[in-house]
Amino acid sequence: MRVGIVGYGAYIPRRRIRLGEIAAVWGADAATYERGLELHEKSVPASDEDTVTMSVTASRRALARAKIDPSSIGAVYVGSESHPYAVKPSGTIVAEALGATPAVHCADLEFACKAGSEGMFLAAALVKSGEVQHALAVGADTSQGAPGDALEYSAAAGAAAFIFGSSNLVATLEAQVSFMTDTPDFWRREYMRYPRHAGRFTGEPAYFKHTLGATRMLLEKTGLQPKDFAFAVFHQPNGKFPMRAGKLAGFRREQLEAGWLSPWLGNTYSGASPIGLTAILDQARPGDRILMVSYGSGAGSDGFVWTVTERIDEVRAAAPATRDQLDNGKLYVSYGTYAKLRGKIRMGE
Amino acid sequence: MSTLNPARVAREFPSRYRLEAARCDACGAVSFPPRLVCPSCRGRKFKVVPLQPEGKVLTWTVIHVGPSSHKHEVPYALAVVELADGVRITCQIADVDPAQVAAGMPVRLEFRRIQEDGEAGVIAYGHKAVPA
Ligand SMILES: [Zn+2]
Repeated sequence: MRVGIVGYGAYIPRRRIRLGEIAAVWGADAATYERGLELHEKSVPASDEDTVTMSVTASRRALARAKIDPSSIGAVYVGSESHPYAVKPSGTIVAEALGATPAVHCADLEFACKAGSEGMFLAAALVKSGEVQHALAVGADTSQGAPGDALEYSAAAGAAAFIFGSSNLVATLEAQVSFMTDTPDFWRREYMRYPRHAGRFTGEPAYFKHTLGATRMLLEKTGLQPKDFAFAVFHQPNGKFPMRAGKLAGFRREQLEAGWLSPWLGNTYSGASPIGLTAILDQARPGDRILMVSYGSGAGSDGFVWTVTERIDEVRAAAPATRDQLDNGKLYVSYGTYAKLRGKIRMGE
Repeated sequence: MSTLNPARVAREFPSRYRLEAARCDACGAVSFPPRLVCPSCRGRKFKVVPLQPEGKVLTWTVIHVGPSSHKHEVPYALAVVELADGVRITCQIADVDPAQVAAGMPVRLEFRRIQEDGEAGVIAYGHKAVPA
């Protein structure tokens, strides 16, 4: 049975903060970050936005493109490392808001930046097994870095949602793989407000080893070569890593640019490569092949090969394009406003 | 100092989460939130209909001194929005400089956090208008 994506949607908050605004507060050299990490600005969630609100909006957009009855969704998986509740699922709120309850399987997933693609992997497998007609997978985050830490320059907010099914596909899933090892490159212990990371250890032995490992597995499994793809998208912890991973894997810049959003979006964690995939689908043509590889610290990568179908041209305009959300209607905030919105200011009782 | 009763919050999910309104079987008037008796004809039979999430601002005010639950959001615009199907709802307008709000401004409803019961209580979700 052929399975794949029936509808997709993205949500990017309107607020942005420029890197220079953050660097000025901490006495850092903005140019070093902009050049070194290829980052210019990042999205900032408003005080009334969180993983759940972004997931609902992205999912409604996926529904608008899928044109299916929400009660036919048999599984809802929300992947995030910033679920609003420590205990209480995000997925039930999303499922209730969409009208998918009560006959629906729900689980919140967590795996650093890989939780979104994790849901996609499960949703595709569940549809393929015949257990459910449609399954929804969302990757969403409103992640935070410690003030002044390198992560603060990249940790951003956004969501992408994908409805999987076996008919009316916009992209057929050709193969999916996972490449995992136990790698302590980034973590957050319970009750800690901000995560810790292992500095340079997050590069070669972590991000690159796993993204390139998953890419190799995908190419072996499908017998394809980089030149057989119209587009490729890799997890985007900053602007630099995904371009470098893509080039090391044998892809050209033209194949990587459509899904490369991080220089102006930042790292949306569980949303990163999934939002990149939505930007690619916004401009892909029937028959185009897409390679997508996520990365989550801890560590692992999920990899997917998609082939775009004719239906893409019918559904594209049914919801806002990802690039439009990234480029238009931006509201720039100061570091002071950002600190308030992100709860970094200690309030009185 | 709990301010949000989870049972009450949950009762309102159909209208708060899914914008479900009630259309009177007898006269067709749409009530939001749904009522037991139709305000137009006193009919008592309704069908559930979802509201159209697009509309325009009819009138608005800017809140400078808000309730304690919203003091971090001031100043914010509170508006009466007329939706595409003619139903009027009162809601906040998010993602906008309140000074830029104008009558007739096109908006659409988006799922947002409305209120939270301190740092430990429940979070109430619903809809706000955003510039369309
Ligand atoms: Zn009536």
